[in-house]
Amino acid sequence: MDQWSGYLQLIVDGAFVTVQLTLMGCALALVMAFVAGLGRLSRFFALRAIATAYIEFFRGTSIFVQLFWAYFVLPLMGVPLSPFQAGVLALGLNVGAYGAEVVRGAIRSIPREQYEACTALNLGRWQRLRHVILPQAFVLMLPTFGNNAIELMKGTAVVSLISLSDMTFQAQVVRAQTGSTAVPFLTILVLYFLFATVLSSSIRGLERRLSRGLEGTRS
Amino acid sequence: MTEPIINIDKVSKSFGAFEVLKELSFSVKPGEKLALIGPSGSGKTTILRILMTLETINGGHITVDGEQLWHKEENGKLVPADEKHLHRMREKIGMVFQLFNLFPHKTVLQNVMLAPVLVKGVSREEARTRAMELLDMVGMSEKADVRPAQLSGGQKQRVAIARALALQPKIMLFDEVTSALDPELVEEVLNVMRRLARETDMTMLLVTHEMSFAHDFADRVLFFDQGRIVEEGPPEKIFSDPQQERTQSFLRKIIAAGQRI
Repeated sequence: MDQWSGYLQLIVDGAFVTVQLTLMGCALALVMAFVAGLGRLSRFFALRAIATAYIEFFRGTSIFVQLFWAYFVLPLMGVPLSPFQAGVLALGLNVGAYGAEVVRGAIRSIPREQYEACTALNLGRWQRLRHVILPQAFVLMLPTFGNNAIELMKGTAVVSLISLSDMTFQAQVVRAQTGSTAVPFLTILVLYFLFATVLSSSIRGLERRLSRGLEGTRS
Repeated sequence: MTEPIINIDKVSKSFGAFEVLKELSFSVKPGEKLALIGPSGSGKTTILRILMTLETINGGHITVDGEQLWHKEENGKLVPADEKHLHRMREKIGMVFQLFNLFPHKTVLQNVMLAPVLVKGVSREEARTRAMELLDMVGMSEKADVRPAQLSGGQKQRVAIARALALQPKIMLFDEVTSALDPELVEEVLNVMRRLARETDMTMLLVTHEMSFAHDFADRVLFFDQGRIVEEGPPEKIFSDPQQERTQSFLRKIIAAGQRI
């Protein structure tokens, strides 16, 4: 029994790393999603081109390869990263690329009439975005952001490949030491599912809160 | 003779191959209430949208309050206006839209307060006081903390009028403001506009299909057809004794459709 509680402790430690990776990765992904999403809608060709290149590159290559680049290749170019930093960077940039398309799509879906009202009220470009367009678009982004966050959380498992002791890594340690696959992997299966449930229900809650009064109407 | 507050000089506008305005010219005196009537696609909404800088022009010149709207002077030459110039010119003009275009995520009060705070730098308290006065005037102060989704069309439009007035424009543009309303809600909006016409010296341009309202409201009526003004004059003249064949046939159709003039 004692032996199992020690192993459980290992997995709990790993779960803590997974949660940290998820939160930091989501924070970076959110920033990248807005930077690149707004970049794609920019008036300036150069910004649009950079944003498009970023999105296409990170959506079009494997997260696995991106992670190895971040961890093994960047040091050769003089940017040494810890496994945790490399993990956050790869996950954040990868999921941010998907998020950017969500940001762009949501902003594009705000009807022209809202923009015209802003012009008639003489709001500046930034004021229009900040006070009128983004608050409405953000509510539309949330469901897909929820999906992206869960994808990111599950994606954290790949960092075990650069020897970061996340939940999956620890389960493998337990498996190697005990010879049991079923117990550790059932444990982390349940934990991953639990995390996903927490993520999706908190995003649903946020969505409910923000969309109060907006129910299915055009104003 | 007073200087016109709006002068439109040979303005042309095309959407693709379709020429909406053909060298359109007219001017508006300060304080004048002008009704623009005519069939759909005749260019009357387009000229309002051009004045609000929602559409550019392809030719001609427009002066508003003594200044070029779509151009500015640079070293004695007229060059196309930049955003900064347009921003300054828009301060003189407000617009109310057919579909209200309220901000759904903001309350009624926030809708009215937003632009004065952001654009004019008015303090929040002052903006709130002023907004409540305006909402009071349009009979909507009781709904100040409600979101637009909970309002009827007529209520939304009254809020939209208060929102446009909050910036204290010299010129107000009303683009078919009752066309999207249920018939029983039209009157409450028209009442607000009658009151505005009576109590303020704002210049008002009104695009409408409500002929009897145009008759009561306007000092002058312009009849548009195919991008030109076919006939203009005081409402009594246009509605009772139109001279042009096209004006006559348009008004006959309106009456046949059951409207009172």
